[in-house]
Amino acid sequence: MSDTSEFQPSGADGSPAGEDMARVARDFMESLPHAKALNLSLLALGPGTAQFSLPYDAALVGDPDTGVLHGGAVSALLDTACGAAVIMHPEGTEGTATLDLRIDYMRAATPGQRLIARAECYHVTRNVAFARAVALDDDSDRPVASATGAFSFTARQRDGV
Amino acid sequence: MSGTGQGRPEPVQVVKQRRDAALAGLVARVPYIRFLGVSFERRGDELTAVMPFEDKLIGNPMLPALHGGATAGFLEVTAIIGLGWALLWDEIEGVERGGAQAPVRLPKTIDFTVDYLRSGLPRDAYARAHVTRAGRRYSSVRVAAWQDNRDRPFAEATGHFLMPARAAGKDG
Repeated sequence: MSDTSEFQPSGADGSPAGEDMARVARDFMESLPHAKALNLSLLALGPGTAQFSLPYDAALVGDPDTGVLHGGAVSALLDTACGAAVIMHPEGTEGTATLDLRIDYMRAATPGQRLIARAECYHVTRNVAFARAVALDDDSDRPVASATGAFSFTARQRDGV
Repeated sequence: MSGTGQGRPEPVQVVKQRRDAALAGLVARVPYIRFLGVSFERRGDELTAVMPFEDKLIGNPMLPALHGGATAGFLEVTAIIGLGWALLWDEIEGVERGGAQAPVRLPKTIDFTVDYLRSGLPRDAYARAHVTRAGRRYSSVRVAAWQDNRDRPFAEATGHFLMPARAAGKDG
């Protein structure tokens, strides 16, 4: 129960609104106060996918001996990206909230480098969306962290009533 | 070795000052804790993390609700400081007191799972960590965060941590 509820990705008639939707989505996601405080920026959106970046910031360091970003900042990046991917799922009708999110920290993020999160909503049911994401620094072959989570979801009614 | 019967017990102010200074030193080292605005209240060895409400913690301005990432960060900070504090406590209060105040290296998160139980309201949040297993290499920690009512946590988390190497010669 967290994130980006209330955001309506579709037009009033329920059809995706293409470019407009992407612009509205970008403005919305980047206007979330916590996303703004972290300087998150939206890089790309697609059907059920989203990419965000988190610039390196000394204020977000968790380990002063190494200058490595705190896991909390990485969590916020991954949660935002997963939530956005869920909202971008074409079968969705409403905003979403995080039910649970697990983060695996595979290695320390390299100090000074920005992180990019790539998220996809890989399965939906009528009421639940499942999403996963990876966080990458400049060495994109070796992920820094990965996330998997369940999100609230309301699927569009199919045809007719 | 406070309270072991040899000599007089230390004056209470000395004890408090030592513990408060050790805790403040631990917390002040982490910039991200300042970013979230989190502080720690101490009673004996028990810590309560406090995250006063600020606009920048909001994820959804319409509700409004705390951002899931801010909540996750708050829980993770609470877990790491809880573990670091347990290590530090042993050093400043334990049998081996005297090597005190050596900078404690912080545990590293291996994985962290957050359960979002209800919406985080735009008000102060509190959290406590419970170390469920304190190992030499790995530790497990549970954390619960609440706002108005401690019996109704708005988020819980469990995580595994890689422990910092202990000072040489301490336990091999």
